[in-house]
Amino acid sequence: MAGIELAGIAHRYHGNDAYSVNPLNQHWQDGGAYALLGPSGCGKTTLLNIISGLLSPTGGKVLFDGQDMTGLRTEQRNIAQVFQFPVVYDTLSVAENLAFPLRNRGLEKLEVSTRVKEVLTLLGMTGRGQQQASSLNADDKQKISLGRGLVRTDVNAILFDEPLTVIDPHLKWQLRTELKKIHRQFGHTMIYVTHDQIEALTFADQVVVMYEGSVVQIGTPQQLFDKPQHTFVGSFIGSPGMNIIRCGVDGSDAIIEGNRIPLHQSVTATGDGLELGIRPEHIQLSGSEGVSVEVTVVEDVGKHIVVRTRLAEQEIDVIVREGTAIPERVFLKFDAAKLNLYQDSFLLDSDP
Amino acid sequence: MLELRNVARKVGDEIYVDDISLTLERGELNILLGPTLSGKTSLMRLMAGLDKPDSGEINFDARSVVGIPVQKRNVAMVYQEFINYPTLTVYDNIASPLTVIGQPAKVVERRVHEVADLLQLKELLKRTPATLSGGQQQRVALARALAKRADLVLLDEPLANLDFKLREELRAELPGLFAEMGCVFVYATSEPSEALILGGNTACLHQGSLVEFGATLQTYRQPALLQAACTFSDPPLNTINLQCSDGRFKLAESGASIPLSASARKDGSYTLGIRPHHLTLQAEQDSDIQLKGRVSVTELSGSESFVHFQFNTSAWVALLHGIREFDEAEDVDFYVSQENAMLFDSQNRLVLAHAGAGD
Amino acid sequence: MKVHNNRAWLLVLPVLVLVAVSAIIPLMTVVNYSVQDSFGNNEFFWVGTEWFQEILASERFHNALQRTLLFSALILAIEIPLGISIALAMPRKGFGVSICLVLMALPLLIPWNVVGTIWQVFGRVDIGLLGYGLANLGVDYNYTQDTMDAWITLIVMDVWHWTSLVVLLCYSGLVAIPEVYYQAARIDGASRWAIFRYIQLPKMKRVLLIAVLLRFMDSFMIYTEPFVVTGGGPGNATTFLSIDLVQMAVGQFDLGPAAAMSLIYFLIILLLCWIFYTVMTSTTEQDATAAGERRHE
Repeated sequence: MAGIELAGIAHRYHGNDAYSVNPLNQHWQDGGAYALLGPSGCGKTTLLNIISGLLSPTGGKVLFDGQDMTGLRTEQRNIAQVFQFPVVYDTLSVAENLAFPLRNRGLEKLEVSTRVKEVLTLLGMTGRGQQQASSLNADDKQKISLGRGLVRTDVNAILFDEPLTVIDPHLKWQLRTELKKIHRQFGHTMIYVTHDQIEALTFADQVVVMYEGSVVQIGTPQQLFDKPQHTFVGSFIGSPGMNIIRCGVDGSDAIIEGNRIPLHQSVTATGDGLELGIRPEHIQLSGSEGVSVEVTVVEDVGKHIVVRTRLAEQEIDVIVREGTAIPERVFLKFDAAKLNLYQDSFLLDSDP
Repeated sequence: MLELRNVARKVGDEIYVDDISLTLERGELNILLGPTLSGKTSLMRLMAGLDKPDSGEINFDARSVVGIPVQKRNVAMVYQEFINYPTLTVYDNIASPLTVIGQPAKVVERRVHEVADLLQLKELLKRTPATLSGGQQQRVALARALAKRADLVLLDEPLANLDFKLREELRAELPGLFAEMGCVFVYATSEPSEALILGGNTACLHQGSLVEFGATLQTYRQPALLQAACTFSDPPLNTINLQCSDGRFKLAESGASIPLSASARKDGSYTLGIRPHHLTLQAEQDSDIQLKGRVSVTELSGSESFVHFQFNTSAWVALLHGIREFDEAEDVDFYVSQENAMLFDSQNRLVLAHAGAGD
Repeated sequence: MKVHNNRAWLLVLPVLVLVAVSAIIPLMTVVNYSVQDSFGNNEFFWVGTEWFQEILASERFHNALQRTLLFSALILAIEIPLGISIALAMPRKGFGVSICLVLMALPLLIPWNVVGTIWQVFGRVDIGLLGYGLANLGVDYNYTQDTMDAWITLIVMDVWHWTSLVVLLCYSGLVAIPEVYYQAARIDGASRWAIFRYIQLPKMKRVLLIAVLLRFMDSFMIYTEPFVVTGGGPGNATTFLSIDLVQMAVGQFDLGPAAAMSLIYFLIILLLCWIFYTVMTSTTEQDATAAGERRHE
């Protein structure tokens, strides 16, 4: 297990002027679970491959527990990586697959078989050691890929590159909780790359949100949810994402289309580009008081209802409990404590 | 109207489609829901005419279409992989179904621009698919399907390869795009939430057979079969076996009694099914059922908590609103209201859990 | 459904006619000859399996068979590993790919008798580059008189001519392997050999099967090149089955025995191919049924 530090890491692909990963500094604690979250092309996989050594950065250093790993190849960094595409050695059995990394490192036969047995139990695959790896389904293949990382005792970190992409939704749950349990039990440093916010938020202690090669915000899932520093983070996280509403400010009130919304605290904000951010979960429907809006769509999603409304030109989404009756005339009440004010897309925060 | 009667297809020893009968009307959103290998793609290929059924009839507007090659049918299909003609520009891609049947250039131009507008592809008409992002490529594929004005439009998990947020965006646009067309619209997906968001009618598929078909919300709220309830649940449905004797229900394993107000018809074994988001931490009514569980792991996602716990020997999950953290191995009481407890008999059919419940 | 299929058969008809005329009818003629004998003047009478028995008992046949088997074995033993090695060494991306592919394709484009002629001249001690060069180095090389030299020349010629086929087939198999496999193997600390053994070789199994079958059949049936270079000599040192057969049929005009021998030849190839195929596909069967994949054809 090791703490990972990125010092001034940047990367540009051949012949490109633009950076795929803009210069960044990052420190990750030993034993933590981290997620790199962002849309396709944001640079998260590039960053992961830089950490694992599959890619050499055009600038900066990678340090494991203070030691410079930048010049070292992947094999020398003692990391394990699980890919999007389940990789198993088809000609070998399940047990032989798990033994492969240990045999390559020249471990004793007895030690190898003990470790393999332990990991089989951990993955819930006891008794299946003799099964041919090529006959497994995608879910089990991914487990074996993970197992090959767990079986090594010298692993500094385990990296995941969108590992649940090919897994069925029903099995995704199982695999996710198993990953979490394994993390609980062994405390490996784990870095998980994904574009799926649910995976990122449920897995990680800290999430790094990336966009177009830059780190936009780092925080706990709760921080990212409640206090996104940038409107991108606000709208990216949450389904539907945060409502970003253009507004004006007067004293301790925000003004949206003539309606006064009391803010949590007085904010001195001048100029243009002011926006109010509020999550759909933090808005209530009322039949009588609040901001009058027009309902465009009501989506019953089973576990809750999404009410999409319109105020003049702006769209506001609201999430209400299952079975809530939608009143004839709809008014919105905003939870003042959860309102965030943004200027030019950045959070205006008067809290220290 | 597309009608399938006892359609079946077998390849070697594997049954791809097992005796399916379905009637799909024009102008409605029809969803095929099921995990991979449940037969969704096989069924769509049969509907399109890419494969021939081993038995059964397929009728479109009351005429049999079995044996008519797919080129002669007016079908459009969009796949999970972004499939476009790589050497043609976006404009030519969208125009291809129209130019193939020899439509005059003016007509083609008008239609292409119309469709490109709908899918926000106006600026990209001169580019080739390889230079576009995944989301844009899929929009081109959708545009091509739209331009054709087909009688039957098949979408095979078209959003599965897209990012989470892109998926949301496109999904919101889809119903609007095809609503005006008056075609038979079939959409395959393995995500229950997608089916719920899209609405329309849903056919639950499991291992090649049709489990249930009906209005999406209706099938969701009152699944006639246990399998439909399971298919339509994400996170997975919580189930446990029950025994009924003398009209009283007990857990099959431990013998502990469960006070269900369901009108039990006969003694025997039953299955209790509870959706994860119906479990709460507090009893809201006196009649709520109490379930004691031991927490194994909690997942927090900002606005919701997924609590995985052991209920007797079954692994259950509760979806709670807000952030609730629990320690590992903590004993927690969960509650579920009577009307949310689904009871299935030994034939896995839904027994009405609440007298008067019905929709 | 019926409408569809009938029209398709009509399209096949011209091909059927051609195949019938060029292959099936001659084949039937050979079968006919193999069970008959003649007194001359085109009068034939039935002799049953007499020719077959005579051929199978003849020492000449057995010698030719042995030579052919040895030749094929040597060819396979050299060309398959060599082909795999070259395929592994070829670049998979970038500028060099096209150059390598063209270079590999060149030997395959040359007509077979021209190949034979090239090497025949090449190896001549008086005017051939190779022969002359070797003689100058003091090596005693003469493929028309020395058995060993003749064999070596033929084998080198065949390797030069056909290894590219193995290379191209294996290369196509290699290129299809996703990059992820190599990345995972690096992380697992696999050595170059382990990567070859556990990733590349298994993924190449199907194309290797094709390569082995093709090379075996062609080398077992080889005629043109040895005929042009050595004519079967020195003596009958390089008289393979095909050359022997032609000598019998065309030279001696023994139609009966020649026909019988052709059929025996054909059956031997069939048998050996079947053995290769069964052995090599018994292991690929498992890969084909990897769960979680539905193949929609």
